Amino acid sequence: MLQLRGITKRFGGVLANDRVNITVDPGTIHAIVGENGAGKSTAMRIAYGFYTADAGEILIDGQVRAIERPHDAIRLGIGMVHQHFMLVDTMSVTENIVLGAETGTARSIDLDAAAARIRTLSTDFKLLVDPHALVDDLSVGQQQRVELLKALYRDARLLILDEPTAVLTPQEVDELFAILRAMREQGKTIVIITHKLSEVLAISDAVTVMRDGKVVGRVKTKETDAAGLARLMVGREVLLRVEKTAAKPGRVTLSVRNLNVGAGGKVGSGFSRTINDVSFDVRAGEIVGIAGVDGNGQRELIEAIAGLIEPTRISGDVALEGVSLAGLDARARRERGIAHIPEDRHRRGLLLEFTLDENAILGVHYRPPVTSGVLIDDGEVRRRSVEIIKGFDVRPPNPELPARALSGGNQQKLIIGREFQLRPRLLLVAQPTRGVDIGAIEFIHRKLVALRDEGCAVLLVSAELDEVMSLSDRLLVIHKGRIVGEVDPAVAKAGDIGLLMTGGH
Amino acid sequence: MTLLFPLVAVAAAFVVGGVFVLLIGDNPIETYRLLIGSALWWPDGIGYTLFLATPLIFTGLAVSVAFRAGLLNIGAEGQLYVAAFATAWTGIVLGGLPAALLMPLCFAAAIVAGAIWGAIPGLLKARFGSHEVINTIMMNFIAISLVSYLTQYHYRVPGDPIMQSALISPSAHLPRLGNVIPWFPERIPLNASFVLALLACAVVYAFLWRTKWGYELRAAGSNPAAAEYGGISVRRQVVVAMAISGGLAGMVGINEVLGYRHRYYDGFSDNYGFTGIAVALLGRNHPVGVVLAAVLFAVLMRGGIPVDAFTQHVTKDIVQILQATIILFVAAEAFFRKPLTRLRQRLRRGRQNG
Amino acid sequence: MVELFTISLIWSTVRLSTPLILAALGGLFSERSGVINIALEGMMLAGAFTAAAVTYATGSPWIGLLAAIAAGVAIASIHAVASIRYGADQVVVGTAINILMLGLPGFLSGAFFLSSGSTPQVPIEQLVPLAPIVMAFAFVPLTWYVLYRTPFGLRLRAVGENPEAADAAGINVANIRYSGVLISGALAAIGGAYLSIGQSSLFTRNMTSGRGFIALAALIFGKWRPVQTLLACLFFGFTEAVTIQMQGVVKLPSGENIPVHFIQMVPYVLTIVVLAGFIGHSRPPRALGRAYEKER
Repeated sequence: MLQLRGITKRFGGVLANDRVNITVDPGTIHAIVGENGAGKSTAMRIAYGFYTADAGEILIDGQVRAIERPHDAIRLGIGMVHQHFMLVDTMSVTENIVLGAETGTARSIDLDAAAARIRTLSTDFKLLVDPHALVDDLSVGQQQRVELLKALYRDARLLILDEPTAVLTPQEVDELFAILRAMREQGKTIVIITHKLSEVLAISDAVTVMRDGKVVGRVKTKETDAAGLARLMVGREVLLRVEKTAAKPGRVTLSVRNLNVGAGGKVGSGFSRTINDVSFDVRAGEIVGIAGVDGNGQRELIEAIAGLIEPTRISGDVALEGVSLAGLDARARRERGIAHIPEDRHRRGLLLEFTLDENAILGVHYRPPVTSGVLIDDGEVRRRSVEIIKGFDVRPPNPELPARALSGGNQQKLIIGREFQLRPRLLLVAQPTRGVDIGAIEFIHRKLVALRDEGCAVLLVSAELDEVMSLSDRLLVIHKGRIVGEVDPAVAKAGDIGLLMTGGH
Repeated sequence: MTLLFPLVAVAAAFVVGGVFVLLIGDNPIETYRLLIGSALWWPDGIGYTLFLATPLIFTGLAVSVAFRAGLLNIGAEGQLYVAAFATAWTGIVLGGLPAALLMPLCFAAAIVAGAIWGAIPGLLKARFGSHEVINTIMMNFIAISLVSYLTQYHYRVPGDPIMQSALISPSAHLPRLGNVIPWFPERIPLNASFVLALLACAVVYAFLWRTKWGYELRAAGSNPAAAEYGGISVRRQVVVAMAISGGLAGMVGINEVLGYRHRYYDGFSDNYGFTGIAVALLGRNHPVGVVLAAVLFAVLMRGGIPVDAFTQHVTKDIVQILQATIILFVAAEAFFRKPLTRLRQRLRRGRQNG
Repeated sequence: MVELFTISLIWSTVRLSTPLILAALGGLFSERSGVINIALEGMMLAGAFTAAAVTYATGSPWIGLLAAIAAGVAIASIHAVASIRYGADQVVVGTAINILMLGLPGFLSGAFFLSSGSTPQVPIEQLVPLAPIVMAFAFVPLTWYVLYRTPFGLRLRAVGENPEAADAAGINVANIRYSGVLISGALAAIGGAYLSIGQSSLFTRNMTSGRGFIALAALIFGKWRPVQTLLACLFFGFTEAVTIQMQGVVKLPSGENIPVHFIQMVPYVLTIVVLAGFIGHSRPPRALGRAYEKER
């Protein structure tokens, strides 16, 4: 059905796809797995015409085809459900679905005929959604159905789904898989991009494994298991335990009591983005992990503690060493010893156009010793940036480069170095190794454990279950903004935690 | 590279302007000789050019500071009108004060009035999220109506047919350079404001790249979410940057009222605010670039007069055509990027082969 | 007497609103596609000058009107190419076009009519005092229909709200935006042409005197919707009509005309108030002002 041959794609200096070959057989569900940044999405976005490849060719039904824009892909019967939905919030479901494939004359659209056809499709494939609803009013799961209907409405024979389960509840995941199987029965071909091995095993017929922009294996799902796939994904045996001694927890550093965070935007009916009555403590010298499916309130939790959420959206109390942080902004909280490694380094963590020097002082730029009075002390700035560059092996080691020039792993090390330099009493860490190469991951893990051993309290959020399990001394599980359980990561089984994460008991 | 794109844009604009001149049957080389040549005569050409550059340096700086904070200040025009009126008002109403007191007050009036007029759209953006571009445009018209009303109905000398205020007190007059430098003719209106403009450039540079405040302003402009993470209030930076920007634009009033006309003259601005956008853009939002770009645009403004007089058909409107074309080419620099990179590659290859 | 006054006020409102309606509808097409158009002023000037110059030269206002549309589209295409093809800042490009159109008419009239910025008078029998008014009011329902009932309108709105989504749905974002900006040039130019060969009989330097910006204000006040925008234009036209009618009729005790400055400020103040959300919220198209570029 679909074949990628020798696809190569470069973004600036980063080789995202290196001579990628993928073959998808007709009438099957094909999984593409790999860690974050392995190049899965890039390859499929090329197949859909969202990017154009630097080299290589795309074959549809055995024929080489030029796919330069999504329009070309749609014409060839390809549909794609993107990780971030491609919907116009202010328009109705029908308008979104017909957009670009309008029926009726060139002069006027026949929306009623379209709505009727959408109703038929949604019964055929059990994709229930009101054609007249406004997209903005739909839950995330319903929006995904609109995306699927969009592809079906265009008579797509091949459907590409990019991380479709990342934002779904377990029930919704089950429903989605049932729908995908039904589609396969009706002769559709499906490609599903994911990094969750359990899903691969549950739904796919064949798997292509990617690592560092290359395809490292293609197997039949029946002939493999989770361990085998994991080995291919990371390129060696999975390191399940970070080397660390038992924690020696001291007194309570962070205490969170009955914390609630209201959603800033509109809350989907089926999915809550708020924090709901959360209470827990983090002691000096321990790492407390928060496990959960992405988007269950982890970011809000961290940002509420860091002082990055409007106080009007928050109720409950957060205290550092017994002193309430209520009413303090991000700056005041930093001054009290809270450091923060944010989940998205490009959005929050770095000033990409600024030099490493300038990035090294973000957050301490205004106070001694960096600034005494009004003028920034360039000598002190350079001393700090060089210390970070040396201590955290940031490459290339040139403090005058803009942060943009660094690779993801080096950018992350720069941020971590900066936050460690504060000698914090509490460190908030979110997704510390997302999009970071293997070598840097181990380095970062060792540094986090070392900081713990110096007596810092660490609150860790990660979507990678392996990571939270191996780093944490205590593990809390979050689901829909609530803490639904606490487990001892040394003895708990991944499967049990997974059940908690998805709201099961 | 930082210099290359602006230079190429200016050159391209002159080519386009030259084509226009050819099309209406005139000689582009003669036109450009008149346009630029007259600005280079010592002392009048250079003196007048620097005099015309003074307001452009202020507005160019104003737009640059806002731009560094991620804001487009289209409102320098309104800010400088309000400021010029305020400084004239101070110079008239408090005219009895001694120069040592009156002069700083007049300076303050211009800067504060401009800053307030700039801060309003800043506040509206910080508080309600409304777009500063639209609001600064609207504030321009409001400013122009407001000062025109005040001039016409309250501060005009009775019986004066011209829309202008009374004269300010002589103790608020800034010296012309000719008053201070013996060998510089006094007839040239170039005055102490020019020195003030250069000083403002130095201060803006130090502020943006040497102080914690400048760091915060640039951080908020570069990545608001990261700035907030670093403990910087982005909303405050929006207001502060617009106030500073308005204050800088307001300093045009010092040149106009204290240094030149010694009264408020309605409609005095020759599009200084909008030209400031061109100046900032061409000067890459850097104080040094702003000075260079301001001088270039001043040369053009000055050269428009002889072009009007001595060519057959070409009018001084050629200046605005060149200005607009320069802005277009600088704004759409991607237009040159591909050909320029290709050229550079070819040169490099040539060097390797040779 | 009162009746006469009322009728003349209504008629004057209609006439004064006409250029605003045409330009504002033009702005609507551009901005609903995601391209900020602060160059309506310049596009109107292009139309005004071309209409007067060509009508004077050919003797036909219809050829003049067509030429004006062509000129508006030509100027708009500069805007479109710079901001869509080359990703230039839309506000900066708009400013450049406004500056260009302050100079270009003077430059051309200096060359062709040996005047400093005006065209010669067009004979009164060659004017079109009514056609643009009819067009303006006819274009409102037409715009509504195009925007909400045609595939093009659906695509235009989608591109202005979420260009990524439109692209993913197989729509050529750039082409839709080109259409939006070019239509805005054509409509604004008709509005400008009405000023020079409808309301008056020649082009004078900067004769739009800010009407392009009032049209922009009306577009925002009308929340980027055709019917509300029409109402906003009528309201702004009405304030202008009142100002003109008051001139010379009502006097201050001092014998001076009462100041019109504050009435002139009304559209601008209202725009600021509306944008701040004090009178209902006016939300711009979400992708307004954002160039659509992706790594390819």
